[in-house]
Amino acid sequence: MASTVKTLSRALATGALLAGLWSAAQAGDISGAGATFPYPIYAKWAEAYKAKSGIGLNYQSIGSGGGIKQIKSKTVDFGASDMPLEAKELDEAGLMQFPMVMGGVVPVVNVKGVQPGQLKLDGPTLANIYLGKIAKWNDPAITALNAGVSLPDQAIAVVHRSDGSGTTFIFCDYLSKVSPEWKDKVGENTSVEWPVGLGGKGNEGVAALTSRTDGAIGYVEYAYAKQNKMTHTEMKNSDGGYVQPESKAFMASAANADWSKAPGFHLLLTNQPGKDSWPISGATFILMYKQQDKPDTAKQVLEFFDWAYKNGGSLAEGLDYVPMPPKVVELVEGAWKANIKGANGQPVWSGSGS
Amino acid sequence: MADLALTRKLPGERQNLADAAFKLATWFFAVFVLVLLGAVIVALIDGSVEALRRFGPGFVLSEDWNPVKQTFGARAPMVGTLITSAIAMLVGIPISFGIAVFLTQLCPTWARRPLGVGIELLAGIPSIIYGIWGLFVFAPFMQSHIEPFLIDTLGKLPGIGPLFAGPPLGIGMLTAGIILGIMVLPFISSIMRDVFDTVPPMLKESAYGLGCTTWEVMWNVVLPFTRVGVIGGIMLGLGRALGETMAVTFVIGNAHRLSTSLLAPGTTISAALANEFTEAVEDIYQSSLVALGLILFVITLIVLSAAKYMLIRLQSRAGT
Repeated sequence: MASTVKTLSRALATGALLAGLWSAAQAGDISGAGATFPYPIYAKWAEAYKAKSGIGLNYQSIGSGGGIKQIKSKTVDFGASDMPLEAKELDEAGLMQFPMVMGGVVPVVNVKGVQPGQLKLDGPTLANIYLGKIAKWNDPAITALNAGVSLPDQAIAVVHRSDGSGTTFIFCDYLSKVSPEWKDKVGENTSVEWPVGLGGKGNEGVAALTSRTDGAIGYVEYAYAKQNKMTHTEMKNSDGGYVQPESKAFMASAANADWSKAPGFHLLLTNQPGKDSWPISGATFILMYKQQDKPDTAKQVLEFFDWAYKNGGSLAEGLDYVPMPPKVVELVEGAWKANIKGANGQPVWSGSGS
Repeated sequence: MADLALTRKLPGERQNLADAAFKLATWFFAVFVLVLLGAVIVALIDGSVEALRRFGPGFVLSEDWNPVKQTFGARAPMVGTLITSAIAMLVGIPISFGIAVFLTQLCPTWARRPLGVGIELLAGIPSIIYGIWGLFVFAPFMQSHIEPFLIDTLGKLPGIGPLFAGPPLGIGMLTAGIILGIMVLPFISSIMRDVFDTVPPMLKESAYGLGCTTWEVMWNVVLPFTRVGVIGGIMLGLGRALGETMAVTFVIGNAHRLSTSLLAPGTTISAALANEFTEAVEDIYQSSLVALGLILFVITLIVLSAAKYMLIRLQSRAGT
């Protein structure tokens, strides 16, 4: 019996020691949770920033929905979401939101004989494929856009995300803008009721299903399409020009967006004007409380983001993300100063280099 | 002698104490399982109240699963779960029976151990490996060879034709069911093999002595003698098939739709849960997912109770 007690107390002591180590490791680090789409670049930035400042970032890529939930329950210092919240919802929760980095969503296909970038699609055709109204690759609607490409008499296997995702939100938001029927029947959300098709889990699931199923069409983040050398399509944008998915096309659609007129930075980059704009682009957002209980931590968080805006551009481009233009960064940092406050009403952020 | 008795007395007392403590501990463990079970049921019911109240019985009947409009119904994943498990049983049971008969009756002695160990190792393969294999190897094979063949032959028949209609996608309920069938093979076949080995040789020898063929011995002597164990093994396999998540998620297509065709994509309860929990922000969405979990729990409970009931009836009829 005595030995049992001894063992028990030893176990408890070990546990307490471990817990102590754990909290020591946590102290000084900032924590965030949310979108999976920007996770690779946040991880890269965190690594570089830790080497420079000694402050680490603990980011859980649990999905945009989870990020919104965690920030609302204040278990993290910031939340991250691919789907921006409406200004009204932000005000109700006392949150502010700002865009962090941008990217594009790319339709990918697997049709025998079709080379990457060869197939041309426009918005309504893409919507009709995902509505199930165009079911064969040699449908007149597709062949009309693709003179000179021989398309087989083969069923189209539509592939979509089976899990909730900001990528799905951006894709569906685009389809809603170009097809009234899509807006009416399906709508846009992080997950929707798909009229047809197969679901794959994550970008990797969609990529795998698309590349393994003959006659498939799917949509993935640009980085995925590029790194896996998938057969992407050209898209017709709102100015009627055909564009290839590449960084400069995403940047073009961001350049034409007017962030200053978007309350709460609620702005979607789909179907933007401009002849070089990639129509299915989107930004990913950060959520933070306006009223900060821990102003010191909030300051550290903002310093990290400031560093990422100013020094993280090349890292972002290396991973095929598009950094925010300096003008937008200026707007965002102005909003920090005006909105994020400590207990005494003092702004937490007083400008970079502070 | 007296010395011995004296020295034994003290350790004996200590032993009684240890025995009592041991008994108490085992009691605790056994009750702990029940408490845990009760807690899970309470948590499931508590979590699903909102969805069940909002949608009522329509939750079970409706096929609608629309996160945009926030209307949810469980029929597609429920039916998907039952159909894939049924296919798994159709595939798994005959093959397992064949394996067990071969290993216990026909196999040369030297090959028994390696074959038996091989089959048991199949059970140790993590389910995600089956999923990846299914997606990268088996589904393309289904799409290019088996499904076109099924569509051209069975798909043309009246009556069952619609079950095998549609474009060959490789991904769908049939593929998921077959993968599940392969996954439950080792469970069912190793239990069948073990119980077949318990048949007294005298019974089998007598039947052979009467001039029975191997099949007749299996069907009329071995199987009736071991039916309890065989059904137990099948139920174990069925339980695994009903709850399997990762492998199914990879190959079923994750579509919240019901189709007549087995080749079409569908979803199961566990696949829907695995896919959608992370992004289910709204309370009603999350509650609907928990309600799906509750339904799976109830289905499993019904299946296991039915199996137990069947066994009891079989036993009382046989008078053993």
